[in-house]
Amino acid sequence: MTEHGPDAVLATELFAIGFLDLGGIRAKGPTGPQRDSLLAYLRKILPSAACMRRVPVSVAESRLLGGLDLASTLRTGRPVAERGILAEADGGVLILPMAERVSPTTAAHLAAAMDRGTVQLERDGLSSQIETRFGIVALDEGVEDEQMPDGLLDRLAFQIDLAQFDVAAVAEDARVDAIAAARNRLPDICIDDHAIATLCKVAMQIGVRSLRGSLFAIRAARAAAALAGRSAVVEEDVALAARLVLAPRATILPAPQQDETTSPQEPAPADLAPNANESGDADPETNENQPAPAAAALEDRVLEAAQAAIPENLLARLKLTGPINMSAKSMGTAGILKQSGRLGRPIGVRAGALRDGVKLNVIETLRASAPWQALRRREQASTRQPLSPIPAGRVDVRPDDFRITRFKQRTETTTIFAVDASGSSALNRLAEVKGAVELLLADCYLRRDQVALIAFRGRSAELILSPTRSLVRAKRGLAELPGGGGTPLASALDTAGALAGAIQRKGQTPILIFMTDGQANIAGDGTQGRERAMQDALAAARRLRSADLTVLLIDTSPRARQPAAQLAKEMGAEYIPLPYADSLTLSKTVRAKSRGVAGSR
Amino acid sequence: MGMIFPFSAIVGQDEMKLALVLAAIDQTVGGVLVFGDRGTGKSTAIRALAALLPKMQVIAECRYGCDPAVPATHCEECRSRPNSAPVKTKLMPVPVVDLPLGVTEDRVVGALDLERALSSGVKAFEPGLLARANRGFLYIDEVNLLEDHIVDLLLDVAASGENLVEREGLSLRHPARFVLVGTGNPEEGELRPQLLDRFGFSVEVKTPADLQTRVEVVRRRDSFEQNPEDFIAKWEKDDDKLRQRITSARSRLATVEIGDPIREQAAQLCMNLGTDGLRGELTLIRAARALASFEDCAVVTDAHLRQVAPSALRHRLRRNPLDDSGSSVRVERAISELFDA
Repeated sequence: MTEHGPDAVLATELFAIGFLDLGGIRAKGPTGPQRDSLLAYLRKILPSAACMRRVPVSVAESRLLGGLDLASTLRTGRPVAERGILAEADGGVLILPMAERVSPTTAAHLAAAMDRGTVQLERDGLSSQIETRFGIVALDEGVEDEQMPDGLLDRLAFQIDLAQFDVAAVAEDARVDAIAAARNRLPDICIDDHAIATLCKVAMQIGVRSLRGSLFAIRAARAAAALAGRSAVVEEDVALAARLVLAPRATILPAPQQDETTSPQEPAPADLAPNANESGDADPETNENQPAPAAAALEDRVLEAAQAAIPENLLARLKLTGPINMSAKSMGTAGILKQSGRLGRPIGVRAGALRDGVKLNVIETLRASAPWQALRRREQASTRQPLSPIPAGRVDVRPDDFRITRFKQRTETTTIFAVDASGSSALNRLAEVKGAVELLLADCYLRRDQVALIAFRGRSAELILSPTRSLVRAKRGLAELPGGGGTPLASALDTAGALAGAIQRKGQTPILIFMTDGQANIAGDGTQGRERAMQDALAAARRLRSADLTVLLIDTSPRARQPAAQLAKEMGAEYIPLPYADSLTLSKTVRAKSRGVAGSR
Repeated sequence: MGMIFPFSAIVGQDEMKLALVLAAIDQTVGGVLVFGDRGTGKSTAIRALAALLPKMQVIAECRYGCDPAVPATHCEECRSRPNSAPVKTKLMPVPVVDLPLGVTEDRVVGALDLERALSSGVKAFEPGLLARANRGFLYIDEVNLLEDHIVDLLLDVAASGENLVEREGLSLRHPARFVLVGTGNPEEGELRPQLLDRFGFSVEVKTPADLQTRVEVVRRRDSFEQNPEDFIAKWEKDDDKLRQRITSARSRLATVEIGDPIREQAAQLCMNLGTDGLRGELTLIRAARALASFEDCAVVTDAHLRQVAPSALRHRLRRNPLDDSGSSVRVERAISELFDA
């Protein structure tokens, strides 16, 4: 039974075996034949009773969780609950297209239902608990800066690359039967303590922080053993689980040299000797069952398996907040733009007439009409209106009852700092910007705004901090800011412009703040040369201007100079000479500016 | 709902467990906010707590679960009942009510009973989650994702212990004294300071960093999932013991002495840290008393104060974005300055 398809297929099969316990699969990649064949294959290997339900990315809370079934309510004259998608998916699989655009709230609903095995409905005067268990297939089309919510990703056992999903390797009927048989065997598969300890240890060595990783690895190892027709987990299964579950979650390489991210007590083992020692100290229980050298050997082999599967671009995406290359512009589609435009926060309802563009709050309308029903019926009976009798059990709603939901319109503002980190003054400037970012974030829970930071130095600009409102993340991202080197102004303008574009497509308002002395000396393609660099920068500035954004240019040079002012003019920015820009002044300036932006809308 | 992981079987996370236990001993300590990494068993602990808590006496026909022993806290309905008639009581599990994220306002506060209004045209009040949580716990998972207008509703009730309903022609009030428990991941965003203030304790949980603990966590979880009945049976004794301790700590609580020097120490600590308002001090004293009672001590000592200070004060520090050291570090520093000097 050693013959099997590529890892992506294998992960899908293991998921299909224990799909209610393994959380789900994140399938990364664009739409295409691979994606279709993944879904088709899943349909084939999942039990026929399991539904596969698609959840549109823009799903309304009321559909997800359930709510009042208005039609039935009106028909029967008593509240009738409607099951939501989460409840309907019980025993099946939810397909989540465009998982990278899933809102944190939707993700939290999914996560809560997965954790509890129930949907708790407290809406529209209804209160109920509905049991549900489901798996998730998250189809993630995200490019570079887009990422599905971490909390949800953590609850999915597998992460596969759709490009690897090879159709030809799968789809024999015998395989389908084997998977079904494995599913029946799954509850009886044993796993020994040693295998559990090994998976935990390997998880630590490659920096898998969340314990869900280890738990999923254990379940995956069980599924693997079941698929192979075994009654207990063996080394092969452990290695496979490490490869499929742990490797994609790796955040560090188990380098022979001490890695700073591992905790001091648990140095990543370099070779066999200290490793054996350490497991002797730290895990006496394991030693009772297995002699130390064998334990170490198994660990090494499993670690090797996991390591081999760690994606090559690990370093590039090491930390979420870490430098991410923004050169590839993230493309949202036009459709998304419309959906993600926020309606703002509902601030209550009012009585009102129905017009275009207002949202009838049906529940409130019903509520408003409810107390009058008895009265109206009597009224109706007494006046002679034989043409429009109200059938028994129907609700009589009159225009007076109409309730309109009021929304408070407010778009989120994302402030993008693009900071010149070149030259000698970089350190000082960065420290002040860092302070300003933290000051802005410190009161952003009141205003729900976000902050992003781009630093440019050397050959190109880097996104140091992707848009966030989390002080914790910002602090982590800002902890190590590099400084010194050339001034790639053109690249900075383009990067900032691309990020601002992405933010606009999300329906938010970007504000761009450049802090530089305007002395470009690295051209757009990364080559040296003051003249070309300046020309490129001005060209980039004109491109930025056409995007019609709110831009501030803060001239940080000791004396206000020509280049910075000219640059500001070219990009239609407000020019503020601020030679001693300190964090307080900076945050105040920005706040005043963003208030202006918000006010004009 | 399925099986609930036993509280005693939770590995480590002592600060979180202690905070929850103390809040169960003395509800006036205030709520517990648990912030931390994913997959650290935050929700598990709170669900486990629900199963652990000793049952409570309630007035049988009261829909707010009024305590027959404390007439001062009774709702209007219980007060208006004739005193002469004997009050029927019953034992109920302490409510641990989930406030799910998608909740609508009417379900939080309570609203017109739709069914009765629709069918018989009667204007009746249907109590919401706040009413259900009276005398128990109100649990909000992902508290930092809670919508602002729902937070607004909670703030006033959490402070006053009373829910005022003025909507749809209804006008009434009922007691809503509950312990607010919130969990969240700091990466998802910050909490509003007003809401932060409603929590007595703020606890930080981290993924355990040492292998042995991690293995133990995973192993227990796995054996729970493989065979929940056996696992729960195995831990039942420990849970019973803890339940017993909570019950006796509660009954002892009023007799625990707090000396003036302890009060002064608490005040001094809050002053040194520059916490806003008196709430920090109050929580600190109450928490130390609950801890002393839990440990079966007749008198509150410095050690008790020290142990509860980080969770009681961590979230009350004035934000200083330019101070890189986290609030935990600042509290620890102030504690050792005060007690070790």
